[in-house]
Amino acid sequence: MSGGCGRNPPPFPDDEDQERAELDTQVLDSDEDDEDDEGEDIFTGARSKAITPTSAPDEGDIFSEEGSYVRSDVHHTTNGLHSDEELDLFTEATVELTLTNTTSQGRREIIGPTVSACNTTHVPNSILKPSIVTKTMEELKEEESGDQFELNIAVTNPEKIGDGMNAYMSYKVSTQTTLPMFLNKTFSVRRRFSDFLGLYEKISAKHSLVVGKEFLMLTLVGKEDSSSAEFVEKRRAALERYLQRVVAHPSLLQDPDVREFLERDELPRAVNTQALSGPGLLKMINRVSDAVNKMTIKINESDNWFESKLQEVENEEQLLRRLHAAVDSLVNHRKELCSNTVVFSKSVAMLGSVEENSALSRALSQLAEVEDKMEQLHQQQAFSDFFILAELLADYVRLLGAVRCCFEQRMKVWQRLQEAQSTLQKKREAEAKLLWANKPEKLQQAKDDINEWESKVSQYERDFERVTCTVRKEVLRFEKEKARDFKQHIVKYLESLLHTQHRLVKCWEAFLPEAKAIA
Amino acid sequence: MTGPYSCCSCIVFVHSVSVDLNNDASLVIDIPDALCERDKVKFTVHTKTTLSSFQKPEYSVQRQHEDFIWLHDTIVETEEYAGLIIPPAPPKPDFEGPREKMHKLGEGESSMTKEEYAKMKQELEAEYLAVFKKTVQVHEVFLQRLSSHPMFRKDRNFQIFLEYDQDLTVRRKNAKEMFGGFFKNMVKSADEVLISGVKEVDEFFEQEKNFLLDYSSKIKDATAKAEKMTRSHKNVADDYNHISGALNNIAADNNTAFKKHLEKCAEVFEKLRVSISKVEDRMASDQELKLTELLRYYTRDIQAAKDLLYRRARALADYENSNKALDKARLKGKDVAQAEENQKQCLQKFDKLSESGKKELTSFKARRVVAFRKNLIEMTELEIKHAKNSVSLLQGSIEVLKSN
Repeated sequence: MSGGCGRNPPPFPDDEDQERAELDTQVLDSDEDDEDDEGEDIFTGARSKAITPTSAPDEGDIFSEEGSYVRSDVHHTTNGLHSDEELDLFTEATVELTLTNTTSQGRREIIGPTVSACNTTHVPNSILKPSIVTKTMEELKEEESGDQFELNIAVTNPEKIGDGMNAYMSYKVSTQTTLPMFLNKTFSVRRRFSDFLGLYEKISAKHSLVVGKEFLMLTLVGKEDSSSAEFVEKRRAALERYLQRVVAHPSLLQDPDVREFLERDELPRAVNTQALSGPGLLKMINRVSDAVNKMTIKINESDNWFESKLQEVENEEQLLRRLHAAVDSLVNHRKELCSNTVVFSKSVAMLGSVEENSALSRALSQLAEVEDKMEQLHQQQAFSDFFILAELLADYVRLLGAVRCCFEQRMKVWQRLQEAQSTLQKKREAEAKLLWANKPEKLQQAKDDINEWESKVSQYERDFERVTCTVRKEVLRFEKEKARDFKQHIVKYLESLLHTQHRLVKCWEAFLPEAKAIA
Repeated sequence: MTGPYSCCSCIVFVHSVSVDLNNDASLVIDIPDALCERDKVKFTVHTKTTLSSFQKPEYSVQRQHEDFIWLHDTIVETEEYAGLIIPPAPPKPDFEGPREKMHKLGEGESSMTKEEYAKMKQELEAEYLAVFKKTVQVHEVFLQRLSSHPMFRKDRNFQIFLEYDQDLTVRRKNAKEMFGGFFKNMVKSADEVLISGVKEVDEFFEQEKNFLLDYSSKIKDATAKAEKMTRSHKNVADDYNHISGALNNIAADNNTAFKKHLEKCAEVFEKLRVSISKVEDRMASDQELKLTELLRYYTRDIQAAKDLLYRRARALADYENSNKALDKARLKGKDVAQAEENQKQCLQKFDKLSESGKKELTSFKARRVVAFRKNLIEMTELEIKHAKNSVSLLQGSIEVLKSN
């Protein structure tokens, strides 16, 4: 899922690298310039001024001439995350935000460098200061409600490394972000398939109730010819979607394993994933989809939110399956159309070459060329059909399965609670019996038992509450993301269709005069 | 097919494969109506004429496909028309495609919603109608080519076909017994060999022969490939139909989480159905009608032209044989007069065939070029229209979705 407000999913591979390269240089350029300007001021000033404690960027002291230097001290003391040499402009912005946003729920809200704010503070003009203050305060407030943060991930450049038996495919994982928890704004690493599996293994245990961590590669394990370009492309796209879903989830993003995966140059080879390849992996992944109809136990709840939600999810899964089947059929038929069009085009060209009327002959060969162009258009459209629609649907069918998994887990927790409660009941009954039978020596044991189980019951009650709350939140978050994701993809798909139709119009319009020229 | 299926009486149909028929008001033929009963299609053939040879100035008769075939065959067998390109017989009405789909739809009725079923049935009925219109057109064009030709329009059997208010079944049976399709079968099996084998003296016919043989195989190939392509295109359109149906289900279903978050989607998806699936379908149909049908028709017409060449080649062979027979007779001194007469007749026949053949083939060239031009232009204009339509509908849908 590539969601998040203000974030766009990375463009398709061919456009991507170019764009990213451009972005890279832009970002770096602006930073370097400012760095040069400020470096001297901050560092020369810092040493001679005393450190003044600051709580909030109120007007007055901070924004006086000395204030600018004081702030840099604040920068040194409170912000140890960044290396001094780089992006001073950026870190100043950071500082302002953490000071104002202490009430935010631990979420990092980062806005891009507020160039204007920082620059103006260097004007050592006391008249300007009050306006500077208000301006920056306003900007901060605005930006806080804007809730933008940038995190774009792309998986590109599949490269074959090594030879023969030990050969593997290595992918470039590029991240572009304005989040401060990363060392850089843009960076990339190379990862191989087993690295992805390793990541999955690490996080799946820790985040059992998160929907989105699932490694949805049922189709990419084993069966297909792993050297074909199509397979590599499918896998690359699937890995990209996987990472995008992972970082779209707030708690996964916070996980250090995820960050390490994105940032660290060399990852230790995930050894366990040996067992995960092939049938082992399939079995593990299939666990997700095996969580069908195991939920025969009904939880006695006052609120039937869970029951009706589960029904909704199951219902939706069925509908999506049907939709996916229809899209699959479309992909296949369009591929057929491609090959039939090419064959037809050749046939028309042959006909044109035999035609004795010269104008008609020319028109027929032009028609053959038009059909050739059609074929290319159909090819591209088939590509869009598959990658924009079919894969999306396939993913979501399985993700809905994962949602059901969450429900199932909650059910298990409830079951455990029930069992504990019944055990507690039994222990109490046992104690009562002992009391009646007047066997004081065993009584203490019984009392201990009761205590043990009472605390277990209350523990499990708390667990159940917690899981209920988490699952509920998670499902709601997932639904929102899903709706947004779907809409984004449908719009993208329609745009691809629009593009195709535009080109179609152009093709035929170019042909029309040729047809009219027949005499 | 359950029950009768009637075309509406106002078929405004562009005569796509042959042009400028029905220009002559002295004999105007059209097929304004047709009924489809089970396997049989009954065409209403309507004639308006100012010619005195006909009994009435205007009348209509019911004819079946087999009657058309009978008419075609009798004309082929008529010696007098040997030097003419005989308009190809219309192909048998083929409802197999839509019929099969209708059957499948009936089987799958239980697994889809009432709305979806109704929509799909509608689409299928439209497809049926399209096949129907096509077969009517092709039968109509056949008659019109006959009526616009100076020789054929005077044909006695043609007049019977148009006028005779009774069933032609009996006549048909008799004709079959008489000829047994002899001539036709012969032509089909031997023409290529004979035509290529004969020593050609006339430059024009030499060129024509080479051209027609080559062109014939290429256009047959192009027709087959066009049919495959059009079928794929229709499959794609069909898939879009299913997709938009499925999307509709999701958006309309109250029991999914989608409903809450994707507000205007039902409306958009319905629009999508129109913009994508219907347009794709129309694009495929129009391409079929203008291009594939054109190629199909001319494959048949080229065959008719080849048949003419064959008959001429036969006449030439006969003439050469008569020459040899005359020489032999002269040597033997027996039956010379007869042999001379025979030779004279063969030569006459051959010359007549050559003369009219040349005229026919020349006008055939012109007719073919004109028809191709017309159809290619019409197809292109239609494709552009549909694509532009699709563009604006898609833009509208995208805007609605984005603004949400």
